[in-house]
Amino acid sequence: MAIFLTQDSKVIVQGMTGSEGMKHTQRMLASGTNVVGGVNPRKAGAEVEFPGDVLVPVYGTVAEAMEATGADVSVLFVPPPFTKSAVMEAVDAGMPLVVIITEGVPVADTAEFFAYAQSKGTRLIGPNCPGLITPGESNVGITPANITGPGKIGLVSKSGTLTYQMMFELRDLGFSTCVGIGGDPIVGTTHIDCLEAFENDPDTAAIVMIGEIGGDAEERAAAYIKEHVTKPVVGYVAGFEAPEGKTMGHAGAIVSGSVGTAAAKKEALEAAGVKVGTTPSETATLMREILTGS
Amino acid sequence: MDLYEYQARDMFEKHGVPVLPGIVAETPAEARAAAEQLGGVVVVKAQVKVGGRGKAGGVKVAKTPDEAEAYAEAILGMDIKGHTVHRVMIAAGAAIAEEFYFSVLLDRAERRYLAMCSVEGGMEIEQLAVERPDALAKVAVDPLVGIDRAKAEEIVDTAGFPAELREAVIDTIEKLWLVYKNEDATLVEVNPLVRTEDGSIIALDGKVTIDENALFRHADHAALEDKAAADPLEAKAKHMNLNYVKLDGSVGIIGNGAGLVMSTLDVVAYAGREFGGQKPANFLDIGGGASAEVMANGLDVILHDPQVKSVFVNVFGGITSCVAVADGIVGALEALGDKATKPLVVRLDGNAVEDGRAILAHADHPLVTIVETMDGAAAKAAELAAAAA
Ligand SMILES: Nc1ncnc2c1ncn2[C@@H]1O[C@H](COP(=O)(O)OP(=O)(O)OP(=O)(O)O)[C@@H](O)[C@H]1O
Ligand SMILES: [Mg+2]
Repeated sequence: MAIFLTQDSKVIVQGMTGSEGMKHTQRMLASGTNVVGGVNPRKAGAEVEFPGDVLVPVYGTVAEAMEATGADVSVLFVPPPFTKSAVMEAVDAGMPLVVIITEGVPVADTAEFFAYAQSKGTRLIGPNCPGLITPGESNVGITPANITGPGKIGLVSKSGTLTYQMMFELRDLGFSTCVGIGGDPIVGTTHIDCLEAFENDPDTAAIVMIGEIGGDAEERAAAYIKEHVTKPVVGYVAGFEAPEGKTMGHAGAIVSGSVGTAAAKKEALEAAGVKVGTTPSETATLMREILTGS
Repeated sequence: MDLYEYQARDMFEKHGVPVLPGIVAETPAEARAAAEQLGGVVVVKAQVKVGGRGKAGGVKVAKTPDEAEAYAEAILGMDIKGHTVHRVMIAAGAAIAEEFYFSVLLDRAERRYLAMCSVEGGMEIEQLAVERPDALAKVAVDPLVGIDRAKAEEIVDTAGFPAELREAVIDTIEKLWLVYKNEDATLVEVNPLVRTEDGSIIALDGKVTIDENALFRHADHAALEDKAAADPLEAKAKHMNLNYVKLDGSVGIIGNGAGLVMSTLDVVAYAGREFGGQKPANFLDIGGGASAEVMANGLDVILHDPQVKSVFVNVFGGITSCVAVADGIVGALEALGDKATKPLVVRLDGNAVEDGRAILAHADHPLVTIVETMDGAAAKAAELAAAAA
């Protein structure tokens, strides 16, 4: 088992026929993901050929794709101006899980499609995220599949590259599922959602939680850990050197006044009993000690 | 992006929010002319993107053009919480009877919007929020509905406005919502919203933050950016489509992915403690799937920063190929020739790492050191910066 994504997941790609969509669909297929279709109203009925003689059918709508394939995950490589309507379409079709890779979505659009998804029971991951991977089973998004294999560590992170770095540091131990929740001010799945799922996942023994400056998601996660998480959690927070008022790459990574600082987040996590590393390597070492005793 | 008060005022006016006339001035003489043009009592207001201007002496009532000129003279060049005043707005003076507060903003934690409103507005609002939070009405706003008439009524009634002001305030709040919605704002704040002695409701001060991700649907928003205030290196980087923030230290940083670059800054500052407190000189994210050209552009920006003594290139190749990164480094150093004098520490991992390291090893440039781990490379870069200082 794992969280949110398993080898049984059937994945469709909205925006598959665009250049990003093509590139990453190929990578997802190569890493074993069961990609069952693409969506593009202008290319409905076509089939796209990928290396290894894989033919992926293109459907006109998400609803048609779901009906024809039984898909239960959709991943979006759709440019920002069209992301909202693409998400709304997937939600209307009843898609259980929608993963939004797109960076640069206006936050008002995210607020709207998140509220809509919530009212219809669709889980969103992202936007502005690398997606999620259950190593050895399925990979949805842009995470490199060859960094590490299956194992007992669950990982949740706002940042893609820090996810990769942590997977790399702990590659000999392996991961149950790694979820990149994204760096925008509003994301569909939070640290807390992932912590809850990892806590309930029998295949996850310990959790790495990576946060960064901006908002108070880490502080809330800390409070949640204290109350509800029995598995060991190690943490890392990026952005101690970020000046106030400057956006550091991610739209959500901004310290305003005394809110959202890395120091406050680290303190909150430590107060909840989470061991927090000073560098990614040190964080990996803390996790290694927990799992192997050395 | 935060707007100046005068820009917020213009946006309010565009959406029908009642405001008073205001004229921007960059010199005392312009301030006098503006005061003469407006006539009567005016208010000279520092234009800086920070709150609490009034308390810092940046808002002054002037009864005559002479006074306006004198106040402008005093306020221009003033430092307010680290922001230098380059412009003032000369605003028509209001005869204030009462000050109220209204804002609507993105509530990140609840993933919706939040409207806040109080009949006790003005310069003490922060204190009010802490000491008597009940006096500040907080009303959740559903993003799918927004502030419609019913929601505006709820806000006004929760805040406890008297019956005779109800209609006018509801109407103003509905218009402020248009600003929030139609301009893709993440914050619209009015403090104070006033009742004047003749009974009208007017927004006397406005703070607006707009969402830069929404620029694609607001052609007019690009002009709101304060190009003059931007750091020249930041401007150059922006021109090259690079995600760059200038900082104060000596170790230039290039990496891929916002999280990893933020982390790199921290790791450098941490390692730098051993070397006389070396700190990162910048944030620079070349992004996912960067080409050799993007890498070379990034190096170009950083090597032109006179504060930079050493450079740390920290890449974990996910989509980005370490080959592109290595090619970019070699190409940029070739192009610079003798002008390249600063040492580079490079740490590569991930996609095509062996090939990338091989390219650097083959080029064997005397300024380039390859270090295998992120922590080790950070220490090396800090050490080199300290040695060059
Ligand atoms: N046009 C005006 N006419 C009369 N009085 C004014 C005018 N503009 C501002 N004031 C007075 O000056 C005070 C401070 O002005 P303003 O709110 O614009 O500055 P501020 O210090 O930036 O406020 P904040 O604390 O919200 O940042 C107001 O509360 C109001 O009493
Ligand atoms: Mg004010």
